[in-house]
Amino acid sequence: MNNPANTETTHKADGARFGGGLFPKHIREEWIGRTYVYSCVGLLVVTIFSIVWFIASKGLSPFMTGGVSLREMLFGLKWQPEGKPPLFGALPFLFGSTATSFMAALIAAPFGFCAAVFMTQIAPKAGRSVLQPAIELLAGIPSVVYGFVGLSVVVPFLREHFPGQGIGIMAGSLVLAVMILPTVTTIATDALATLPAGLKEGSFALGATRWQTIYKLILPTTLPSLLTGIVLGISRAFGEALAVQMVIGNAPHIPRSLFESATTLTSVITLEMGNTVGGSLHNNALWSLALILLLMTFLFVFIVRMLERRARR
Amino acid sequence: MNAKTADRIAIAVVIAIAAVIMAVLAGLLGYLLFRGLSHVSWHFLTSAPQTIKTGGGIGPQLFNSIFLLVLTMLITVPLGLGAGIYMSEYAKANRFTAFVRLIVEVLSSFPSIVVGLFGLLIFVNQFGLKYSLVSGALALTVFNLPLMVRITEQSLAGVPREQKEAGLALGLSRWAAIRSVMLPIAFPTILTGTILAAGRVFGEAAALLFTAGMSSPRLDFTDWNPLHPASPLNPLRPAETLAVHIWKINSEGLAPDAPEIAAGASAMLIVIVLLFNFGARWLGRVIYRRMTASK
Repeated sequence: MNNPANTETTHKADGARFGGGLFPKHIREEWIGRTYVYSCVGLLVVTIFSIVWFIASKGLSPFMTGGVSLREMLFGLKWQPEGKPPLFGALPFLFGSTATSFMAALIAAPFGFCAAVFMTQIAPKAGRSVLQPAIELLAGIPSVVYGFVGLSVVVPFLREHFPGQGIGIMAGSLVLAVMILPTVTTIATDALATLPAGLKEGSFALGATRWQTIYKLILPTTLPSLLTGIVLGISRAFGEALAVQMVIGNAPHIPRSLFESATTLTSVITLEMGNTVGGSLHNNALWSLALILLLMTFLFVFIVRMLERRARR
Repeated sequence: MNAKTADRIAIAVVIAIAAVIMAVLAGLLGYLLFRGLSHVSWHFLTSAPQTIKTGGGIGPQLFNSIFLLVLTMLITVPLGLGAGIYMSEYAKANRFTAFVRLIVEVLSSFPSIVVGLFGLLIFVNQFGLKYSLVSGALALTVFNLPLMVRITEQSLAGVPREQKEAGLALGLSRWAAIRSVMLPIAFPTILTGTILAAGRVFGEAAALLFTAGMSSPRLDFTDWNPLHPASPLNPLRPAETLAVHIWKINSEGLAPDAPEIAAGASAMLIVIVLLFNFGARWLGRVIYRRMTASK
């Protein structure tokens, strides 16, 4: 270090060997590449923090400066943001979102499990060539198309066969159930397919039938993974906006039956965000609803992580 | 009931449920195509929508969807590739990597409406981009990036280790080995995944309501200067996409033939998404066959 002439000659020698001067080509190249990938990752980190920061700062303002209490928002039954005095009870939306997504999961879970059993245990060949592509296609259909089909097929059907107008939680759940079926099925199939073959063969060797093996052995062993799929499905259903909004009726109160008009968090945001002035209390209250959605996402990711840890053991 | 009967009944139920799923899919596609395609004509695909009269088309919306998809992919692919390469090649097994992994997971489970709202806050208001194609493309990038990262990471993880090590042993820098040895091998998988992701972007609507907007200005399809306000190529104009259009006419359509237009537009959306799906599979198979000796 304290002999500059010496280092100079070393560099020169390096330069002569690799033909690159002070920074040989492969080191420059590596730097460019590293800068590129690190800035991409940096952008990812910045994005998530700014999403959380901006939505939280907007969504918390009704509580900080608008005089709305958290209690009113979470447990209030009346949503009249333009009324005098304005009321911001979001319980009907929370109820609608929770009810539709859990009902959807309740419908999709047995279907998903049976489809996975069919693909891995009963007819793997037909499963791979027919059912698997079908499920993948279901996953590819856009949500507005599901909403359109729900509106023009499911709602009229429910209207004819059940009391009420057809719109409501039942219609929303049915549409969502089809939408989350691919998620539930794919994860269940993966879980069943990675089960050690010895377990199943042992069960058969003891004289158990296929069904006994499935519900006494396969179901309990894969339960954490199956639950992961179901939670991911609920998470997707909870955040789905347009398909549900189209079939649920959008009445801001807690319905007394499954066939009565209701609403969800996402529907309210979708319908009212465009009609409010930025910065008004009404507008900021909608951001609070968005913040609730955001926090629910974190909760779902947390639950999925816990379940995955269980499944690995 | 003895065990054998129970077994038979249970298996029959499982098979019946598998059949029901197939029937739902067949019914869904059949309904959409049967009801929608009868309304699809050249006129429908090329003319502008009407607000209160019959005979409106979906021309501008179709163009907007495709243009927005191209813009989105232009932004997403380089960013997703970079982050994916980091995850697969540069990430050490430490806290930061676990944190980035968590971020990708959280980002991919955000509801698309939340991503759209973030876009409204940042791109539309903060950056002053207004309701525009660029705002929409940036919002869709946020929505699509985690998927792209995962696709890249998995494709690179599938490259045999020896290939990379051979490159490094020949004196390549790590970056050069990634760029000129690993990426070409992973290319078919990345391409297939990207096309599937593109299909997802094409049908997305919730993230676009408050970013790309719900209206389309009168477009002049003879003016291709991107700086003119009426030019289809102007990235700073608002643009209603096909998916948003379907939602809009279903919830507030005034034209008397709104249900038919919705059906026709849905059919077109489905056809294009199916093309993406089958196209990706076909292309993946073709490239794989080209690059390997297998059939």
